[in-house]
Amino acid sequence: MGKIFAVTGNEAVAEALRQINPDVCAAYPITPATDLMQRFSGFISDGKVDTEMVLVESEHSAMSACIGAAAAGGRVATATSSQGLALMWEMLFIAAGDRLPIVMPVVNRALSAPLNIHGDHSDSMGARDSGWIQLYSETAQEAYDNAIQAFRIAEHLDIRLPAMVCMDGFIVSHSIERVEYLEDADVKNFVGKYKQVNPLLDLDNPKSYGPLILTDLYHEYKRAQHEVMTKVKNVVLEVAADFEKMTGRKYGLFETYRLEDAEIAIVILSSAAGTTKDIIDEYRDKGIKAGLLKPRMFRPFPFEEVADALKHLKAIAVLDRADSFGGYGPLFSEICGAVMSMNKKPPMINKIYGLGGRDYMPNQAEKVLDELVEIANTGKVNIIKEYIGVRE
Amino acid sequence: MAKTFEIRWHGRGGQGTVTAAKVLADACLSGGRYVQAFPEYGPERAGAPLRAYNRISDHVIRMYCPVLHPHVISIADATLIDGVNVTDGAQDDTIFLVNTSKDPEKIREKLNAKPGQKVFTIDASKIAMDCIGRPLPNASMLGAISKATGIIDMDTLLENVKKSFGKKFAQKIIDGNLEATKRGYEEVKEG
Repeated sequence: MGKIFAVTGNEAVAEALRQINPDVCAAYPITPATDLMQRFSGFISDGKVDTEMVLVESEHSAMSACIGAAAAGGRVATATSSQGLALMWEMLFIAAGDRLPIVMPVVNRALSAPLNIHGDHSDSMGARDSGWIQLYSETAQEAYDNAIQAFRIAEHLDIRLPAMVCMDGFIVSHSIERVEYLEDADVKNFVGKYKQVNPLLDLDNPKSYGPLILTDLYHEYKRAQHEVMTKVKNVVLEVAADFEKMTGRKYGLFETYRLEDAEIAIVILSSAAGTTKDIIDEYRDKGIKAGLLKPRMFRPFPFEEVADALKHLKAIAVLDRADSFGGYGPLFSEICGAVMSMNKKPPMINKIYGLGGRDYMPNQAEKVLDELVEIANTGKVNIIKEYIGVRE
Repeated sequence: MAKTFEIRWHGRGGQGTVTAAKVLADACLSGGRYVQAFPEYGPERAGAPLRAYNRISDHVIRMYCPVLHPHVISIADATLIDGVNVTDGAQDDTIFLVNTSKDPEKIREKLNAKPGQKVFTIDASKIAMDCIGRPLPNASMLGAISKATGIIDMDTLLENVKKSFGKKFAQKIIDGNLEATKRGYEEVKEG
């Protein structure tokens, strides 16, 4: 049993990084992730960790330095948000393509224009195809727990891929809540000693990263990247099982809430799942069989398991805190992919909510559940994709 | 659903209202309770009206949105009553706490409070001037909340005021804030 504190999501993840004590951290400040790295650099200044902090002039450089340090053979972490992640974009693909297990907390924030510092998932959804593992967190506790597990997952010798740990900007990153910290020794023991694979600093065995590969083998290289992603699921579950043994806190590929006997369900990521659970309880009290599915691992997406969990439903609403303009929300697209394998496909709707930190209020969840009840009764969907919580 | 105690704070940037919500959350952790403290983030200018929130519960708190129907509305600057809808979402038995030198009866009238709603006043700015020499009402507001609601006992609260202010300030300021917290508890008036 660890110690209990009232801390913000940023504080909790900075604490996880302190306990893990990475070799190198290269970062550039951006709201709302600034506070996380500021706290972590405080640990460096106070001599609580011996991480080498590389201060750089942009996020593109931050990720570049992380890539260099990871290729050199170090355990590496950074953190960012929004425009920072967008500026890293080209380097994200290099980190994944070079199979470098960098761990990066992403404090989710909207993208410009217009300029907005608040939470939505546009930033990390924009990076969903970069080859990084993505874990989403509902609470500060989950962000802390996911950060610790992410090192084990990313660094697993079958995997060696970079991982993002996402939490909602401000809503979780800057809100104080109850978090249980593990003992330092337990965290160190859990993540284990870093195992180098092909380190550049092994000068006796020179090697090169990121060489030119043209039409001869690029296709095969990408096929191998696809292949390794298929192995992530089992490692995530294995790490979660070990984590549960240590903490009693259960994690999976996704969380279900009152879903087993549900007739209608909301699929939703991160903090808004918490608010939705409270409203589902209210609907259950009224005799309406509502449930919830909250994906934790968005990349790779666990299609088969999600399909199995949703197959008995009469209607599903997928709520996205990001839009793909001219397309469906990114989470909705994945759920469609999962449902594709079902013989009997439930009717589905897609709601875009909470962009730029617009509050996701209980009445939004209520309206969605009311619409699902109607769809379950009639089997009819009027509008597939719609914005909710829009000011009239 | 688990019963959660909810507080809405109204203050102005720079008054320490957000700190007050944080200290209260820290203090309420005792006894295994779950807590939340979060401000509504705006442009963060000194003097601009702001809101902050607390949730305190014996059960896991899952709700991640502003408090809609507060049990307590704590107003750190009485001039906000004229400019902001401070009674928004108040329940029939909501407790109001206002930093003012005016009598609680006057404030009750101004708020147009319902019979079941309790109105408390505390001259928190004056206490702050006496104790720390600056009009930062947060410590005595916390003492007054302890008395008016019973949500937190004074010993635990004082311990957390000491811990929280101890991180940043000199002993004189810590002592001043502890004194202000105690006076907030003693001098709060109900009307």
